[in-house]
Amino acid sequence: MQSSIIGSSAFLRFLKRWGVNLGIGLVVLVTIIWGYIVNDKVTVAVLASTVRQATPLVLGALCGLMGERAGVINIGIEGQMLLSAFIGFLFNVWTGNLLIAVFAAAMTGALLGLFLAFMSVSLRMDQIIGGTVINILALGLTGYFYQAGLVTQGKLQPIALGSLAEIPLIGPVLFNNPPITYTAIVLVLVVHYVLFHTRWGLRTRAVGEHPRAADTLGVNVYLMRYANVIIGGAIAGLAGAFLTLEAVGSFERAMTNGRGFVALAVMIFGRYTPLGAWGAALLFGLASAIQTQLQFFGTFNIPHQFIGMLPYLLTIIVLAGFVGRTHIPAADGEPYEKE
Amino acid sequence: MEDKKSSHLIVRRILAWLAGLWQSLGVPLLAVLLALLIGAIILQISGASPVDAYSALFKGAFGSSKNLGRTLEKATPLIFSGLAVAFAFKAGLFNIGAQGQLLFGALASAFIGFAVKGLPPYIHIPLALFGGAAAGALYAAIPGALKTYTGAHEVITTIMLNYIAINITDYFADGPLKDTSPGNIVARTPAILDSAKIPSIQSIPIGFVLAILIAVGVWWLLWRTTIGFEIRTVGLNPSAARYAGMRVAFTVILTMVLSGFLAGMGGAIETQGVVGRYQPGFNTGLGFDGITIALLGKTHPLGVIPAALLVGAMKAGASQMQFSAGVAKEITDVIQALMLFFVAADMIVRWIFRIRSASEEKVILSGWAQGK
Repeated sequence: MQSSIIGSSAFLRFLKRWGVNLGIGLVVLVTIIWGYIVNDKVTVAVLASTVRQATPLVLGALCGLMGERAGVINIGIEGQMLLSAFIGFLFNVWTGNLLIAVFAAAMTGALLGLFLAFMSVSLRMDQIIGGTVINILALGLTGYFYQAGLVTQGKLQPIALGSLAEIPLIGPVLFNNPPITYTAIVLVLVVHYVLFHTRWGLRTRAVGEHPRAADTLGVNVYLMRYANVIIGGAIAGLAGAFLTLEAVGSFERAMTNGRGFVALAVMIFGRYTPLGAWGAALLFGLASAIQTQLQFFGTFNIPHQFIGMLPYLLTIIVLAGFVGRTHIPAADGEPYEKE
Repeated sequence: MEDKKSSHLIVRRILAWLAGLWQSLGVPLLAVLLALLIGAIILQISGASPVDAYSALFKGAFGSSKNLGRTLEKATPLIFSGLAVAFAFKAGLFNIGAQGQLLFGALASAFIGFAVKGLPPYIHIPLALFGGAAAGALYAAIPGALKTYTGAHEVITTIMLNYIAINITDYFADGPLKDTSPGNIVARTPAILDSAKIPSIQSIPIGFVLAILIAVGVWWLLWRTTIGFEIRTVGLNPSAARYAGMRVAFTVILTMVLSGFLAGMGGAIETQGVVGRYQPGFNTGLGFDGITIALLGKTHPLGVIPAALLVGAMKAGASQMQFSAGVAKEITDVIQALMLFFVAADMIVRWIFRIRSASEEKVILSGWAQGK
């Protein structure tokens, strides 16, 4: 009798914590199965596009959550993505080597991460302004140095993972993707492991929650903040590389189109966890995929501007509904001054 | 004897005043210089001549009375967007959404400008102006309410609302409010009536004069009224404000609404004084520039005026620079970002030039956590 009461209250707690996510997941799953039965080709196309649209978002969210877990708000992800996308594109034009181009993009992101860490950790500048500096700088630099008419030499192609890619529905959606999309999925697992199962992760979180206490115990607060923001920057750089080297194959001015900010909403919606961010990114990816599909077919008589603003509207709704319900790292956004 | 003593006192007062002025103005001035210097290095690296570029920029901005008029014209909406951002800053809010609010202001004033007929100018001009301002105010109320009631940070919501504003205004300009005159294929509203147009006297746009008056009005509101005191207190220390019995939630929403009012009026003035209709793409970036201008002006309503003039001059001169020196005008964006960096990182500037820091009230923007 007693054990069943305990059991049911544990179940209730579980529902309270994960109910919304489970509900959303269930609705999405039913929709997918229903869609597959009605029209398998379109469903596969939408889902494959979902996974790819989610890639820059989850990478951006990983960048954001690494910084914030260490106590640094990174609002400059948009700028990091944009400049990395541009530098990656330029390196591809110059060298024709995609690997070098991707590496250059990641390095650009890391360098901007270093700049952000310098501003917010060493200069103790307002972190929101620091991120805005990066955003405006990236917009200006890419605008100034961009010349129309530059053409890339190829883009990253999908790699089918052997017989896994043959599985109906799941195969073409999950196991036939270009390299950065695979990398994003691997990074989700890696960052999850590092944050929650290693000493490094424990120190990172300690620095983000209570830097003074961490400092007292001999953790180097500045070093942890610098390192996390820089590594996060490299991940945001990969998101930039995804845009020019994997998705589009060329560069346009301001092509990030707010993805860096959507990534922040994805991070919050995912409760500052890599796995949660992945789920949230897939949800946003699905919204974008459906949006493109609707625009492509023009099925409904909805003006394209209204379809176009769906992801942004979703971001606001998610933010409004969830930001108050998540635990935000306690020292997030606060500069730390050693005594 | 007596006379000598008092004149001595006056000299000392003037010196003290100058030292204070240097302490508060030194950093923005030097930040501008450093930004221009780094801009010159970038120009040099990219193979352009910094001297040619900057002199073309200067000529384009101040070379003739017509160019000067263009500088004032460019500075006008920037004063408004700078005021909008600076005003929100005083309450610890970062209104990146001035852009979207400005778009709604521009569209609403264009609508009143062409659709309402038969009014004399002295009614039609203010009607369209305040209509635009009200549209901006309403749009800014959304992030204000979201912040107070749900804790959604205004930086993300206002940026998202910017994208939404672009989509909605595009829809109106290409749909219900589209210019249906024969031969028109672009998305734009009909031209506003002459009775809604804000004229220029000589080469001084009336809008510019109005902008300065409004800046003084904002200063008065912030430092001479109870509401202004509440706004500044909330910005400096929200918990102290709450403890003192101030209505923090109300103040946050009111600040956003007034900030949007200013941004919307900037859009309306651009429509009525320069563009003459609403056309997508004609107001791009004006709201974003407000961030740089507000910080360059040390978030003081009167400091915004010279900052807007500086950025306006860069905008007015940029096309001349592109034309005669062959330099892409985006370099001015780079210089602006550098200015923003050096103003915000005043520690660096003070360290380079050995300026002692002036004690001043410092507003800290809220992180996510303090949102609610």
